[in-house]
Amino acid sequence: MELSGSQMVVEALAKENISVVFGYPGGAIMNVYDEIYKQKYFQHILTRHEQAAIHAADGYARSSGDVGVAFVTSGPGFTNAVTGLATAYMDSVPLVVISGQVPISVIGTDAFQEIDAVGISRPCVKHNYLVKDVKDLPRILKEAFFIARSGRPGPVHIDIPKDVTAQNAKFNYPDTIKMQTYKPTYKGNGRQINKAVEAIANSKRPVLYIGGGAINSNASDEVREFAKITGIPAVETLMARGVMGHKNPLLLGMLGMHGCYSANMAMSEADIMIAFGPRFDDRVTGKLNEFAKHAKIIHIDIDPSSIGKIVDVDFPIVGDLKNVVESMIPLAKEKINAEKYKSWRDLLNRYDEIHPLGYKDSDKVLKPQWIIEKTGEMLGDNAFITTDVGQHQMWAAQFYPFSFPRQFITSGGLGTMGFGLPAAIGVKRAFPEKISINFTGDGSILMNVQELMTAVEMNIPVINIILNNKFLGMVRQWQTFFYDKRYSSTDIQKQPNFVKLVESFGGVGFKVKTKNEFNVALKDAIDSKKVAFIDVDIDRFENVLPMVPAGGTLYNMMLEYKE
Amino acid sequence: MENTRRVLSVVVINEEAVLSRISGLFAGRGYNIDSLTVAPVPNTNFSRLTIVTNGNKRVLEQIVKQLHKLIPVYKVIESGEFAEQEMALVKIPLNENFSGLDVMLKAYNGTIASSGENFIVVMVADDAKRIDNFLKAIKKFNPIDMVRSGSVALDV
Repeated sequence: MELSGSQMVVEALAKENISVVFGYPGGAIMNVYDEIYKQKYFQHILTRHEQAAIHAADGYARSSGDVGVAFVTSGPGFTNAVTGLATAYMDSVPLVVISGQVPISVIGTDAFQEIDAVGISRPCVKHNYLVKDVKDLPRILKEAFFIARSGRPGPVHIDIPKDVTAQNAKFNYPDTIKMQTYKPTYKGNGRQINKAVEAIANSKRPVLYIGGGAINSNASDEVREFAKITGIPAVETLMARGVMGHKNPLLLGMLGMHGCYSANMAMSEADIMIAFGPRFDDRVTGKLNEFAKHAKIIHIDIDPSSIGKIVDVDFPIVGDLKNVVESMIPLAKEKINAEKYKSWRDLLNRYDEIHPLGYKDSDKVLKPQWIIEKTGEMLGDNAFITTDVGQHQMWAAQFYPFSFPRQFITSGGLGTMGFGLPAAIGVKRAFPEKISINFTGDGSILMNVQELMTAVEMNIPVINIILNNKFLGMVRQWQTFFYDKRYSSTDIQKQPNFVKLVESFGGVGFKVKTKNEFNVALKDAIDSKKVAFIDVDIDRFENVLPMVPAGGTLYNMMLEYKE
Repeated sequence: MENTRRVLSVVVINEEAVLSRISGLFAGRGYNIDSLTVAPVPNTNFSRLTIVTNGNKRVLEQIVKQLHKLIPVYKVIESGEFAEQEMALVKIPLNENFSGLDVMLKAYNGTIASSGENFIVVMVADDAKRIDNFLKAIKKFNPIDMVRSGSVALDV
């Protein structure tokens, strides 16, 4: 059967069981959009900016575990998408992003809306393609989906010149694919796994350091079981929130720069660290030569380059986390006695009692932490939580009671402001029956606020809770701590009327100044089934605490801020 | 950690932009390239690159792993012995006294590659260190211009 390049794209998405795509049309991608118009396999959601199309596909992918798909045109369409690609790449999110390109005959002539797209995307994608011959397109599409979802997942970018989208060729779409040069390792080395479990059995103060790999590998059940059998206390990174579940007695909490005291002390005093798919980010480790310096390190990761990148590892295990932990469980049952670590657990629990995660509530002004806790109390596991980037993101990570993996959707590695609203749209599209909450700030929300139109048009009711301190709060906090309170370009008291703003798009808005108003607003927002802003005035000078200052040591946290 | 020199032989699928993936990887992650040569492997769809780099132990390990991570990379040969050769061309004015040149060329697997009205071009092929030496020694003939190729290496 002969198909045009554009038809091939549509048919390939159908074969990959794609039910929704996000995008924005333009000259070079028009042939593809014409075929999207004619087909019935999937829904196309028009965002109002290309960056948001990628974030929406990203939110869809992170929450569902499926590949997210987005379309953009050449030139500015593509360059707008780059932040989205980089965001997904840093957090290992499977995407296939297809961009239009000027016709092959004019590539290299600085034609209208021409840019070297694959040259730009190369460092922020897992792989990319410039399609020079329509005959290669079926294979490239198949490879793109395979690469995006296998191994360590990531975004794949396909750049298709306009003439290629119009040319015809035979369409053979293979069901399975084998690539000569790309073969991820899924099964861990048995001998190495044995040695690792042996080392844990001989340890006195073990700790589970759980990273985003546990989510990507869908290993939450196995990780929980391993923890239960062994009685080993666990800490989660920002990307791993929800893996253990907030009710789990073995979970100490999040670690790192804004982690809780007991979690950071567990890392600092452990004699062995069992790293389940984290990547030793600098926001986690603090000063490297003091990081977990008494601990032997077991590191399990599907990406060999992740192991030994930051710290020397005693027991490297390359493999899929789910697969590896599955094979560790029977060995652990045989060799490890959970009783042995009781005094270690008691010590860590005592740390938690001495310095629990908390905040001083107030009658006079709303505290952001209270808003997060209250939302958690009201919605719990009925909601997916998306965030933007800044103080509100850390408060959400600290205070929301996450109970299942993929419940918390946040830009961790790249830290992209403007991620929250479009990502929340993707999440809600993947799980229409769940509530999609975006915790955001008065800074972040304006970075992709045009997506209110997308959400209203497509009837995707996401609820944005704006923790409004009239500051670019996280930078303000650093200026308070480290720059002698010189608030350079962070005091943003000039603001839109957020209630009127969302109403003008066709959503509903609530201005909140008291606890009672918040309770009512959140209920009303959910009942309205409309896109909502809840604009909450919070304490302008609240800080995210505790804190390990950049380059500081985990065991030396700033627990409170003293003037 | 101390920096050491490392020769890598990298077999890649000979496709568009593969060289930019590799050079971009080195540039983006701040790795050094001392020299890089590339050519297709006859009768296959592969190309072979020889990269001479330097870095500490962790960096060198990362370079190998990051290269493996690139989709079109088939094989990275890093360990063991390499037969390594580099080439240099040197243009020397004809008005020089050439006494001793012949012996020098012999010592460095050299010959006269080309000649013109006013100059000769000599070529030598040897390992990188000896090419360094040769280029120092040849200075006494007041060379007009010179070029070296970068290493090619084969694991043995």
